[in-house]
Amino acid sequence: MNAIEVDRVTKVYRRYTRRRQFATLKSALLTGTIVRDLRPDETLAAVRDVSFRVPAGCTFGVIGRNGSGKSTMLKLVAGITKPTEGQVRVDGRVSALIELGAGFHPEISGRENVFINGIMLGLTKREITRRFDEIVDFADLRDFIDAPVKTYSSGMYMRLGFAVAIHVDPDILLIDEVLAVGDEAFTHKCLDKFAEFRRRGKTILLVTHALGLVERFCDEALWLDSGQARGAGDPRRVVAQYITDVAKSEEQQLAAHDARARQAASIETPVPAAAVPAARAVSDDQAPRNMFQATEGRWGSREVEITDVTLVGEDGQPGHIFQSGERLEVRLKVRAAEPTRDFVFGIGLFTAEAVLIHGTNTGLEEYQPDELAGEGEVRFLIDRLDLVEGTYKLDVAVHKADGYPYDYHRLLYSFRVKSHTKDVGIYRPAHRWSFSPSIRFKPAQAPTPGLGTGR
Amino acid sequence: MFRNLAQLVRYRALIQSLVARELKARYRGSVLGFFWSFVNPLLLLLVYSFVFAYVLKNTAKGIQPYALFLFCGLLPWTWFSSSLLESSNVLISGGNLIKKVLFPAEVLPIVTVLANMVHFFLGLPILGLFLIGYHAPLTLGEIAWFPVVIFVQLLLTLGLALIVSALTVHFRDIRDILGNLVTFWFFATPIIYPYTLIDAKYRWVQNLNPFTHLAISYQEILFFPGPFGHWKWLLALGGASVVLFLFGYFLFDRLRDSFAEEV
Repeated sequence: MNAIEVDRVTKVYRRYTRRRQFATLKSALLTGTIVRDLRPDETLAAVRDVSFRVPAGCTFGVIGRNGSGKSTMLKLVAGITKPTEGQVRVDGRVSALIELGAGFHPEISGRENVFINGIMLGLTKREITRRFDEIVDFADLRDFIDAPVKTYSSGMYMRLGFAVAIHVDPDILLIDEVLAVGDEAFTHKCLDKFAEFRRRGKTILLVTHALGLVERFCDEALWLDSGQARGAGDPRRVVAQYITDVAKSEEQQLAAHDARARQAASIETPVPAAAVPAARAVSDDQAPRNMFQATEGRWGSREVEITDVTLVGEDGQPGHIFQSGERLEVRLKVRAAEPTRDFVFGIGLFTAEAVLIHGTNTGLEEYQPDELAGEGEVRFLIDRLDLVEGTYKLDVAVHKADGYPYDYHRLLYSFRVKSHTKDVGIYRPAHRWSFSPSIRFKPAQAPTPGLGTGR
Repeated sequence: MFRNLAQLVRYRALIQSLVARELKARYRGSVLGFFWSFVNPLLLLLVYSFVFAYVLKNTAKGIQPYALFLFCGLLPWTWFSSSLLESSNVLISGGNLIKKVLFPAEVLPIVTVLANMVHFFLGLPILGLFLIGYHAPLTLGEIAWFPVVIFVQLLLTLGLALIVSALTVHFRDIRDILGNLVTFWFFATPIIYPYTLIDAKYRWVQNLNPFTHLAISYQEILFFPGPFGHWKWLLALGGASVVLFLFGYFLFDRLRDSFAEEV
């Protein structure tokens, strides 16, 4: 038997941009455009043709990016909004944990709010009286239950809301990303409560970004992407599909960011280098006075020009996302307008906050320049990219030995480092652990990505 | 629609506790607390008495003592007007409930009207003291009509509150218009002046104003001597109020699905 049946459901939101922005009732009446203004200018399908079934007793996870329609789906199942097309059938008492403590009145006490909130959620006064102690203990608010709710911290507020909602004793529990509310201890209590729900054969629909939770807890998962179902079924498989897709779009974003930065830096196409008098010091952006003060940009005389920068990973493909510990190559295409004997290639590696991690150039490493003529390629090879997970930025430059810039690209390139280990900092020295026999660990397990700080 | 209407009965515990909450929360933190329910109408009466008994001398015959006459119409009017003004905002301020919880939205304007009705009831003892103090000519036959008037007013107010609250979600302008409209309505209703003051030629206009009949009923029952002669009008208004209430509920029900999106 299915507890929830969602059958080809579409939810269209209307947007009234024109009316909301410019018109009031008065001006609409005056100009006689009221009928036109009331028609929606644009529609937005938050959920498009989604079908799924949740058997009774199943724990069902819904994942997806922000704005993918997850919460709308949950509201549809909860009956808070109606589908534009299709049907939603729900069998059993529903409790929706969408916003905790949504009905609390700040001026009155926690005790009174528990009663009113409970009645709103469908309990009778007697039922609440019976469960009252349990609720208060669960929320861990015994000392504060008679204080007005406005004096509560946000954590206390959420805890009380959660405690009431979960004690409604629903057949179907809808949860929208609410596990992040409490401290560690409270989160554990919630997870225990969910486990108890599962044992008692209740149905749970869980919307979350905690992929580890979906993998561990859910019997089935659904992946929504821009309102459409992209995958459904075994949670591990669906989560893996989703992670791959997120990585792909991150890659695209970084590529787009690079392209934008490059374009912004070279809006003024440089004058052909040959025409540049030697006296001309710097073109385009002004070089920052302090070289360690990082601002994005590009400057230099372009007598030697860096025409292209690509990052190549272990697989030999250009990209923007690399695994920690793998190989990374920075490839620069350069072109000299006139043959020159004075040139230095430089590389700078920065964190996303523009902290310099490493800077070097061929001059510092005592390569003696002999001649650079026409086009060429420079490769900077990093055998092991020992950085922790995060976004990093890159400087590339070619200049004279005395610092006179030919072409300086500051922070124009970004890339992302991914890592299975969620260690912190910037640099990860190659390392291992060793223990004396009296210190033992359990055999290694596959790490669960996504939940909390990991291992 | 009628199925939803029947559901309302099931929500009575919810409505009850929300009304109680509304009353508790309103005076929480003030020194006088619940006494404000008594003090407020008194102060209001004081202001109007000052204006119309001393500044703009009101010498019309038949409505002396003026303060008592005024109070008979003013107290129910306060219930009516604050209900309407508050309900215009009630769905928007309760947006969290409508958007995040499966919640019967019509409960909100109903609670507003009922909470204001309780305030009205709390003002009645003051009115009673005035009546006794001025030796008002009360008869049992007239007093029996009093609950009927209240019930008609309740229906009328509920109907209007449902309409106002539902429409304001779509036209926020109503909130601003309504304040002025209610002020105008107040002066168009025989509360600060007797019904007979208006030229007989324009009576029919005045008779179209539903609150005219409520005000007259209150005044006849509590203030003027003699039997309650306005009962035909009152019953007609009662019938109209039932229709209005059903229409209000129908409109509210039709717009219900849009609330979660528009609030």
